[in-house]
Amino acid sequence: MGVKLAMAVAGMIAGGLWIALAGALRQYRGVNETISSLLLTYIAIAVFNHVVEGPLRDPASLNKPSTTPIGDVNMLGQLPGLDVHWGLGWGIIFCAAMAVLMRHTTQGFALRIVGGNARAARLAGLPVGRLVLFACFLGGAAAGLAGMVEVAAVHGSANASLVAGYGYAGILVAFIARQNPLAIVPVAILLGGISASGGMLQRRLDLPDATVLVLQGVAFLLILASETLYGRFKVFRPRSA
Amino acid sequence: MEGLGLWGVPVAVLGGAIRVSTPFLFVSLGECITERSGRINLGLEGILVTGAMTGYAVSYVSGSPWLGVLAAGGAGLLLGLLHGVICNLPRVNDIAVGIGLMLFGTGLAFFLGKPYVQPKAPTLPAIPFGAWSSSPQIRAALDVNPLFLIGIALAVALGWAFRHTRWGLVVRMVGDSADAARAMGHDVARVRAVSTGLGGLLSGIGGSFLSLYYPGSWSEGLSSGQGLMAVALVIFARWNPLHCFYAALLFGERARSGPALQSVGFTSGYYLFNAAPYVVTLAIMIATCSPRRTLAGAPGELSINR
Repeated sequence: MGVKLAMAVAGMIAGGLWIALAGALRQYRGVNETISSLLLTYIAIAVFNHVVEGPLRDPASLNKPSTTPIGDVNMLGQLPGLDVHWGLGWGIIFCAAMAVLMRHTTQGFALRIVGGNARAARLAGLPVGRLVLFACFLGGAAAGLAGMVEVAAVHGSANASLVAGYGYAGILVAFIARQNPLAIVPVAILLGGISASGGMLQRRLDLPDATVLVLQGVAFLLILASETLYGRFKVFRPRSA
Repeated sequence: MEGLGLWGVPVAVLGGAIRVSTPFLFVSLGECITERSGRINLGLEGILVTGAMTGYAVSYVSGSPWLGVLAAGGAGLLLGLLHGVICNLPRVNDIAVGIGLMLFGTGLAFFLGKPYVQPKAPTLPAIPFGAWSSSPQIRAALDVNPLFLIGIALAVALGWAFRHTRWGLVVRMVGDSADAARAMGHDVARVRAVSTGLGGLLSGIGGSFLSLYYPGSWSEGLSSGQGLMAVALVIFARWNPLHCFYAALLFGERARSGPALQSVGFTSGYYLFNAAPYVVTLAIMIATCSPRRTLAGAPGELSINR
């Protein structure tokens, strides 16, 4: 258990610091966070490839360079009675924690003010810079945890198949869930199901595996375009707080 | 690299820079038009890949690579217009739509391009400027594709057009102050949609260069983020088309020096060399941005400045 926890914490710290860097650049240097985080993504993938094919490479992995396997003892294993690994449990716990943080703590309240109007937050005396960094760290930590789960529950070692665009799909999930941590759980399961169906589409219907990408892209564009309906119909109107 | 020894490195870098920078040049010119109209299109990466696939497929089917370039431009135009039209809806975030378009474009290209991974399509010819030399390295380095020359001409023409034509002034006004443009009776939404469409057209052509000249085949790993880097490149070039050309050359050179150094014996850190352009871009952005003022020359309506 100690090793698993250490893996999770290490993954979260690494991911958190990486995205906090983008947040700090935005806050203190005015570098656009979309572009800097995209660039940081490419840099991270390059560092990842360098480490996997260099210092940490398992000499036994010939065709597909990967790190030494973490060993069966350290794998996360299945949820009791289900054919699902523990990553789902951890994800739901993280989402619930985020929901509590955002709705029921002063920190979360302050974060929502900063998100709504940074200038008003600054006038109210909130430490805007620190809060932005904190939120970025949490976001990166969630992604880092996801990466750790991918290694410790699916692959057993780090290799290039980790670079599968989960990050972009995650942005899509967050948009569909309308930035509500609890809504993320069903949406993520839905999108995960769509992604997983790619293999089946390929085998049964003989469609290329990129079908899923097209579907995700269309869904993303439609959902973003539907933003324009917000407030025009009763269903889309924001609830008065 | 035998024959030229260590001199092979700069020669290979120069030749490589000309080859590698052409897609950068087209995509950054396209993004330049789009951003000058006050909108940012992050989906150029998807458009680039779709353009590459369309160009290759049309070249394979028709046998004419130039027809492929045209088709790639057409596909890019359509995707660019899609972005422009969706972003014309109120309250739609252009950066998010860009990411969506990136997923959609690459997905579409992989989906439709599956049958064209194997076959060999006719590729674009090169103009052998190095025919005078007996050294094969120099000849290889000076084989210049016509698209590169078209790109240079386009950069000069765009720089002129932004300053001296009615169309260029309207685009710049829409990009600097939508209210002023509206007061002058211009249709802001239409100008932006057309500018984004033109940006897509150029990106599509840039993509066709990838599949039809260098590397010269269609595969799913063809693009390595050129479309995204072009966005940073335009900021680096301060929204000036002519500077886009210099910046594209610089980026191409950076992207190219890794493999060139590798060929003379520097083998470790290959992936880190590949990441150099991203590090450079980030460093440039850190050095030139400031939270207190907008960048000199930045269109006032651009969402990254607000």
